Amino acid sequence: MTELSTGLTSLLAGESTALARAITAVDNEHPVARDILGAIQAYLGKALVVGFTGPPGAGKSTLVNRFITEMRARSKSVGVVAVDPSSPITGGALLGDRIRMSEHTLDSGVFIRSLASRGHLGGLSISAARIVDIMDAAGREIVILETVGTGQSEVEMAEIADVRVVVLAPGLGDDVQAIKAGILEIADILVVNKSDMPLAKQTVRQLKGMLALRAPVERQVPIIETSALDGKGIPDLSEAVFDQGTNHASTKKLKSADRYRRLLAQTTARLAETLVHQQAHTHLKTVLEELKNADINLDTAACRALKILNENLLND
Amino acid sequence: MSEVKPYPPRVLVTKIGLDGHDRGSRIVASYLRDAGMEVIYTNPWQELDSVVKLAMEEDVDVIGISSLATDHLLVPKLMRSLSDAGLSHIRVIVGGIVPDLDEMELKKAGVSRVFHPGSTREDIIDSVNQLAIQALEARPSF
Ligand SMILES: Nc1nc2c(ncn2[C@@H]2O[C@H](COP(=O)(O)OP(=O)(O)O)[C@@H](O)[C@H]2O)c(=O)[nH]1
Ligand SMILES: [Mg+2]
Repeated sequence: MTELSTGLTSLLAGESTALARAITAVDNEHPVARDILGAIQAYLGKALVVGFTGPPGAGKSTLVNRFITEMRARSKSVGVVAVDPSSPITGGALLGDRIRMSEHTLDSGVFIRSLASRGHLGGLSISAARIVDIMDAAGREIVILETVGTGQSEVEMAEIADVRVVVLAPGLGDDVQAIKAGILEIADILVVNKSDMPLAKQTVRQLKGMLALRAPVERQVPIIETSALDGKGIPDLSEAVFDQGTNHASTKKLKSADRYRRLLAQTTARLAETLVHQQAHTHLKTVLEELKNADINLDTAACRALKILNENLLND
Repeated sequence: MSEVKPYPPRVLVTKIGLDGHDRGSRIVASYLRDAGMEVIYTNPWQELDSVVKLAMEEDVDVIGISSLATDHLLVPKLMRSLSDAGLSHIRVIVGGIVPDLDEMELKKAGVSRVFHPGSTREDIIDSVNQLAIQALEARPSF
C-alpha cells in the first residue's frame, strides 16, 4: 500500500476539516477526488446509512434533528448529508435544511453538510453515494441522507441507504395517492409525521389501506406516527431503524452484490465523463440524426452508441 | 487528466449577535441564489463558534454577515476565530448600517467589503463572485 497524503490521513482519522474538504472535492468533481475515493475503498461499510425522503414540508429535516438527538444519546457519531434541488436554470440553490438542526451545530459528534443536487454526471446517486462513503470512511457511525422525494430521487436513495425511511404528513394535499407509486416499494419504514395534527389518523388509515392492497411480501413495513415538534414517536422510529439495520447487517453477504452495483455505477459515471470530455458526440452524429428522425428508439440508440464508443474511444 | 471545472460559489449568509431582523439577509440570500450560487442560510442569533463550525462543515468560499444594530462589532473576533480554525482563505463581507469608523476597523480586521443600505444587487453579486475566486485561489489543497 502506498503512503497516504496528509489530507487522506486526516480524513481517515475523522478530522472534520479534512472531511469537509474531501466532500467538496467529490462534489466539484475535482481531479483529487479520484485519489480520495480510491484510497478509502478499504475503509468502507462500517456506517449505518439511514435515508429520509418524502415530499417537501413533510418535516424530514425536523425529524432528522430529533433522530440525531436519539443517536447522540446512544453515543453514536453522526454525519448528515442534506440534499436540496439546484435551480435547473441558474444552478443556484438555497440550502436551509440545517436550520432545523441548529441545536446540534456545536456538537463535534455531529457533522452536517448541505448539498445542492447540481447536474452531476451520473446523477445525484453517484455523487451522494460517494459523499456518504467519505463520511463512512471518516468514521461517522450513523450517516443520514435527507433528499426531497420527487421523481428519481427516491429510487436513487434506495440504492444508497441501508435503511429507507419515507416521511409523509397530513395536509400536504392528496399526496398519499400521488406519491405512492415509487415510494411504497422502497420504504423500509413509513413515517406519518405531524401526528399532532388532526388529520394524521386519516393519513395513517389511507396508508394502511394501500399497504393491504399490495401483494404479500416477506417483510413488514412498519408505519410509525411521529411528531417532530413534540418528540412523540421518535424512540419508536429509532428502534425501527435499528431493527431494520440489524436485518441489513445479517444480509451483509449482499456486500459483493453491493460492490458489483458500485462498480457498474462507477463505470457509468466514467463513461459519461468520457463522453463529455472527449466530445464523443462527433462520433455519435449519425445516431443522433436517426434519433431525431425517429428512425430508432432511445434504447436502440443507446446500444448503438455503446458500440460506436467501444470501437472509437475506450481503447485509447 | 481533466481540468478543474467551474462550480457554483458556496456562501454562508448569517447573522450574529442579538439583532433578529433577518429581512435583509433573506433578500441577499435570494439574490445570490438567483445569481447561481449555493447559499447556506441560517437562523439569526448565531454564536461566533457556530459560524466557524458552519463555515468549516459547509466548506464555504464567502461568509456574509448582516448587521443592523451594533453586531458588526463582533466581526473582528470572528475573523480571529476563522484564522485559528485554519479558515483564513474564506472571504467575509458585512452588510448593514456600519458607521465609517467601524468600517475601518472591520477592514483592518480582514473584512473584504462592507455593503451599506442601498447597495445594488449587481454590486453585491459581482463582489461575491470575485471574492469566491480569491477564496478558491487561497484555499489550502487537500
Ligand atoms: N405540526 C407539526 N409541524 C411540523 C412537524 N414536523 C415539522 N413540522 C413543520 O413543518 C414544516 C416543514 O418542516 P421541515 O422539517 O423543513 O420539512 P422538510 O421539507 O420535509 O424537510 C416546518 O414549519 C416544521 O416546523 C410536526 O411533527 N408537527
Ligand atoms: Mg428539509
